[in-house]
Amino acid sequence: MSNVLDLVKSEKLTYEQIVLSLAHAAESTLDVLHIPEKTAYYFEQNAIDNLFEGNAPYRPRYILPDYDKFIKQGSKFLQVDPPTDLDELLNALMILYRHVPSITSFPVYLGNLDKMIDPFIEGYSDEEVKKKLKLFLNYIDRTITDSFCHANLGPEDTRAGRLILEVEKELQNAVPNFTFKYDPNITSDEIAELALNTSLYCANPAMCNHVLNKDTYSTDYGIASCYNILPIGGGAYTLSRLVLPKMAELAKDIDHFFETILPECLQAMGDYMNERIRFLVEESGFFKSSFLVKEGLIHEDRFIGMYGLVGLADCVNILLKDTGKRYGHHKEADDLADKIMHVIAEFADNFPAKHSQISNGRFLLHAQVGMDYDKGITAGVRIPVGDEPDSMSDHLRHSARFHKLIPTGCSDIFPMESTAKNNPSAMLDIVKGAFSLGVKYISFYEKDGDLVRITGYLVKRSEMEKYKNNEVVLQNTTHLGAPNYDNNKLKDRKVRGI
Amino acid sequence: MKIAPVRRIIPNSLVDGPGNRTAIFLQGCNLRCDYCHNPETQKIYSYESSDANSQIRWMTAEEVFNEIDKDIPFIRGITLSGGECTLYPQFIKELFILGKKAGLSCLIDSNGTIDFSLYPDLMEVCDGVMLDVKAWDKNKFKVLTGGNNEIVKKNIRFLAEIDKLEEIRIVCIPEEVDAENVLEGIKETIGDKIANIRLKLIKFRNHGVTGRLKDTNSPSDAYMNNLENLALEKGFRYIKIS
Repeated sequence: MSNVLDLVKSEKLTYEQIVLSLAHAAESTLDVLHIPEKTAYYFEQNAIDNLFEGNAPYRPRYILPDYDKFIKQGSKFLQVDPPTDLDELLNALMILYRHVPSITSFPVYLGNLDKMIDPFIEGYSDEEVKKKLKLFLNYIDRTITDSFCHANLGPEDTRAGRLILEVEKELQNAVPNFTFKYDPNITSDEIAELALNTSLYCANPAMCNHVLNKDTYSTDYGIASCYNILPIGGGAYTLSRLVLPKMAELAKDIDHFFETILPECLQAMGDYMNERIRFLVEESGFFKSSFLVKEGLIHEDRFIGMYGLVGLADCVNILLKDTGKRYGHHKEADDLADKIMHVIAEFADNFPAKHSQISNGRFLLHAQVGMDYDKGITAGVRIPVGDEPDSMSDHLRHSARFHKLIPTGCSDIFPMESTAKNNPSAMLDIVKGAFSLGVKYISFYEKDGDLVRITGYLVKRSEMEKYKNNEVVLQNTTHLGAPNYDNNKLKDRKVRGI
Repeated sequence: MKIAPVRRIIPNSLVDGPGNRTAIFLQGCNLRCDYCHNPETQKIYSYESSDANSQIRWMTAEEVFNEIDKDIPFIRGITLSGGECTLYPQFIKELFILGKKAGLSCLIDSNGTIDFSLYPDLMEVCDGVMLDVKAWDKNKFKVLTGGNNEIVKKNIRFLAEIDKLEEIRIVCIPEEVDAENVLEGIKETIGDKIANIRLKLIKFRNHGVTGRLKDTNSPSDAYMNNLENLALEKGFRYIKIS
C-alpha cells in the first residue's frame, strides 16, 4: 500500500487509516538520515530493521505522559482545569489522550488507571462508577483504533482496580491493553486472582513482575504499547531490531556469525538509532514545540532508545541446523542463545547512546515481538509456537533464563484450558513461581475466547475474519494481527492447564 | 522405602484441590462404583502380578518426589489420588514427609473406606483429606459401590475433629445417590464444623462410564440448585457445583 493512489482508492481502509498511511507515504519521500553503505546493506538483507518508523522522525515512538502531574495541574494549552470529580477526571483524560502522539499517532500509554481514578470515586456506588467507566473505556476502544495502547493497574488492591476489572470482563474490548503490576508483598491474592481470572474472559490484564521491573529507571515506570517497560514522563525515541535469523542466514558458520555479522549489525544498528535520535531531538520541532514538554508532562532527558532483537530461537536453530539441536529443548542450543544474548548485552552496555540520560547514555534491550510480514521469525526470545516444551514448568524456567538480560520488555503468552477459569488460585501459583524465578512479564488467554493476544497486542478473532473477507475494520491492528496469526500459526500455541 | 503402583502423574493439575498441584494417581481401588470414570485404575496389582501391559510404574516415594520436584515453585502442593491411594498409607506417609520438607501442602483424595485413625503418623504429615461421600444409606452405598460405608462415616467425624477434612464431594444422581441424606448425615455427624468445610456437588456425567449407569442422564440444574440451597440450610458456606 505504499502507492499513494492505491491508498486513496482503497476500499479496505477506514478514512483515518488512509490519512495516516498518506502521512507515512509523504515522510518516505524525505531522505534526511545519514545511512552508511554497510548499514544500508544490512537493512536490505532485513538483518536489521527499522520497523517502518519512517524516514524523518518527528515524534518519539512511545510517549508516557506524567498523568499524575496532569491531574494535579490540568493543562493551560488544552484549557483544562485540574479535575475535581470523577466526571471531570475522565473528561480531562479523554481530552489529553487525543493529543498524545506516538509512532502510530495514537497514545500508547493511558496511565496507571486504577490509582488515577481511585481518589475520585468516593461517594459513588459501584454501579455509578461502572457506568462511567464503561462510557470512558468504550470511548477509548472506539476512538483509539490501535491495540498498541496500554493502561496499567496495581500493584495495590484498590476499589477502582476491582471495578475496572469487572467492567473489562463485560466489555470485551481490544483496546486498551491492560497490565497488572504484581508484587506479592503489595498485591493481595484476592485482586491478583481476580485479575488472572478476568484474563481468561477477555485476555486482559497481563501480569508484570513489579519486583523485577520497578527499579529499571530512577523514575517510576509504566507499561506501554505491547509490554514495553519505559520511564513515566518520558518514553522511547525509537525502536529498531536485530533480525537474528536473517543474520544467521548471512553467516557462513557460527564463527563468522560471532566474528563478523553480529558485531557489524550491532554497530550498524547502534549508529542508525543514534542518527534517528539526533534528528528527532536536534532537528525536528517536537521537543521545542510540544505542550507536553512545555507543561512538564514529558522531559527529553527521560527518553531512551530501545535496542530490539527478534527471533533468537530461529537464529540458534539455523546456526545449529546440522546438529538438529533446538532452542528450548537442548542445552547446547540454549547455551549458544545465552552467548549471543551476552554479546548483544555487552554491546549495549558499552555503546554510547545519544540524548539518553535516564538510561545512563545507553540503549536498553527489548525483546521485539515480530511484525505482520515476518515468517519463520519467533517473537523476541520466545520458543517457537508449536515447539513449546511439554512441561509448562520447563517452559517458564526457560523464559526466566532469557528474560534476565532484557530490561525494556520481554514477555510470554500462554493460552489456557477453560478449566483454569474455575481455579484462579492455580493461575496465581504459576505466576508466583514464574516471577520468583525471574520471569518478567506473562499473559494468558482462554483458548476459545474471541480476544487473542497476537504478540503483545490484542485482536478479536471475529474482526480478523471480517478483515480476511475484505471488509473494513475499525482497528488497524487487525490488519497486523490477521496475517501474523496465520504466518506464525498462533492457533497452534500449546494450550496449558488440565 | 515402600513402593507403590503409580498410574499417572499430572504435573500441573488445576482440578485436584486448591491452587496448582501435582496430582499422583495410584493404581488399585477397593470399590467398584457404577459411575467410575477411570475404571482402568481399579484393578489391584501386586508387584509380581503387574506387567508391562498394566501401564503402571512401581515407584518409591523418593522417585515420585523427584518427578514432583520439577514443578516446584509453580505448584502449591500435591494431591494423592487413585484408584484409592490410601491402600498404600506407608508410601503416602513417606512421600508427604518429602513434600512437607519442600514446603508443599499435601492432600489425599479418598473414598474414605480406610480408617484414617489407624495411621496417626500419616495424619501428622497430611494437610487434609478430600473425601468422596458416595451415599449415606447403607444399601444405596452397597448397590452403587459394592462396599460398606461405616468407615466413611467414622472418617468424617475423625477428620473433622482433627481439622483435616478439606472437602466433601458428592457425585449427584437422583434416585441412585441420596445426596439429601448425605448432607443431613454430615450435619448430624460434625455439627457446626460444617461451616468450615468446602462442599463440592458434582453433576454426574456419563462420559467415560462403562457400567450400569452409562446411559443415565445428568441431573437438571434445578435439582443441583435445590441441593445447593439445602446445603446452605444445613450450614455449609463454601459450596461449588461442578
